Amino acid sequence: MKATFKGRVIIGGSVTGRAVVSSASFNTLATYTRSAITHSRTAVCYDKDNRDLYKKVISGKIICLPQTIGSTSGGLVIQAIAALGLAPLAFLFSEKIDSLAASGVLLADIWTGKRIVTIDRLGDEILKTVRDDDMLEISEDGTVMLM
Amino acid sequence: MYLTNEEKEMLNGAAGAVVQKAMKTIVSYGDIFDADRLVPITGAPHFVISVGTGVMKPYYDMLDELIDAGLTMRMPFTVDPRPVDFSNVSYNPAERVVTGLIYRHQKKYEEQLLRLGLKSLNSFSCASYQEEAGNTPRYGDMLAWSESSAVVYVNSVIGARTNRNSAGIDVLCNILGKAPNFDLLTDRGREATWRIDVRTGALPNPQLLGSAIGMKVVEHVPYITGLDAFLGTELVQPVKDYLKDMGAACASNGAVGLFHVENLTPEAGARGRSLLAEGHQTYVIDDAELERVMSSYPVMWKRPDKKPKKCFIGCPHLSLAQLRGWVEAIDGELESRRAGKVRLETVLCAPPDVIDAFHRDRECTEKQKRRGITVSGICPLMYMTDPLSAMLPIVTNSNKLRTYTTARFYPDEDILKIIRTGRLPV
Repeated sequence: MKATFKGRVIIGGSVTGRAVVSSASFNTLATYTRSAITHSRTAVCYDKDNRDLYKKVISGKIICLPQTIGSTSGGLVIQAIAALGLAPLAFLFSEKIDSLAASGVLLADIWTGKRIVTIDRLGDEILKTVRDDDMLEISEDGTVMLM
Repeated sequence: MYLTNEEKEMLNGAAGAVVQKAMKTIVSYGDIFDADRLVPITGAPHFVISVGTGVMKPYYDMLDELIDAGLTMRMPFTVDPRPVDFSNVSYNPAERVVTGLIYRHQKKYEEQLLRLGLKSLNSFSCASYQEEAGNTPRYGDMLAWSESSAVVYVNSVIGARTNRNSAGIDVLCNILGKAPNFDLLTDRGREATWRIDVRTGALPNPQLLGSAIGMKVVEHVPYITGLDAFLGTELVQPVKDYLKDMGAACASNGAVGLFHVENLTPEAGARGRSLLAEGHQTYVIDDAELERVMSSYPVMWKRPDKKPKKCFIGCPHLSLAQLRGWVEAIDGELESRRAGKVRLETVLCAPPDVIDAFHRDRECTEKQKRRGITVSGICPLMYMTDPLSAMLPIVTNSNKLRTYTTARFYPDEDILKIIRTGRLPV
């Protein structure tokens, strides 16, 4: 085990998976629209202003980022991609979760029955330490372990 | 969060399972942001989702649950623009087929909206707060709006109070008539944590200024100084239009839900620099900084030298004054070079009620038609969601459209030349 981080649980759960990391927030609508509209089997990030994630596969991964930004359709986009099976395994936010991402993971959980494990307030260090493809283990109590 | 006895009963299911789910969502949402209570909503809603597309099925399922439970909005509401306009905007045959497929649920969705209390079939605009569109909140109204450009406008220019609610949450708050009290609903949440010091040589392009601010402050509240030197201290129509476009860029290039402009916007007029929170940061914007921001935009066209095919103006939708102004400006540009019609399809986007008012001005309408200018209530952003449309070389003066699509951004003066020549500036 290389490092441990502790955050606040928004949607709890235990998952293990590979990380994709962005030092900047991503625009949810710009990120997911193309993958959703074209019925892709995997979600690829098409937010061209996000140099870290642009054109990377982000479905089934643990996305580490500060927050999400952009259109207020963002929450619904998260609910929709969860229903389409394109959601990430987990969202790990270094900062306090933004209202759009919070809405999305709640709507997906309460109205669609799809849980996306979500932890916020993990601190900037997680974005400096974790690299793409690193294996992460998330526990129910909001602990994130870099394996 | 404190809940009244009635709210506790709703949360426990006394008002039915659907109200219970709505309440659970809103209370969980408020708890995440440390809301102290739910506050009553005092104004009509505006919602961001205006499209009937298959990928949004979970949302339509939720609306069906609300309708089946006999629930409606407490006041007539408005929504964002329609995604399709086959009557006015050109589509090639393949685009027409794909667009029709993407938005095949549009009719059913509009029926859902009517059952929930949509104001009218003209109530499709991202700028429904404009007088003609008829959903203008009052100063101090408590709202639960979505649509980022509308949220930032009504908070900043009107002085109403709404958080940047996501689609879905907006509907649930307005069904319940309650919103969690946090962030932009509170006095504390409306204080500015950034001072933006504008030191440009002339009035900056609002789309560029908004972009610079949004990228820097992201979701924080900026207090802008130096802009009143160019805009004055009165919220007259051209100033409101400037702030509408600047705000939309702030909200899409970042996540700004409220800005204050010194000596101009209502709360800045009342409280001045006491709105600046202790320990706030400062960002100086001069002409060089705006140049840097402009040059940072990636070109998303496969062939950057390709001749543009379409031009969209009006994201967010134009006001009546802006619509008339663009028709006059294009007419003047073409007249100055003895040109006839526009050299590429030029679409001016505005609320349906604004378009109706525009067409009552026969002289201006005649100019629009003579110059071959298209006027539409379409959402250009949704138009470009079609992957075929996204491949077209499209230019715009909207930084919001640039952010979400492959459209290429140019300032107004360049846009006029492109419309006249059909070519990109050298």
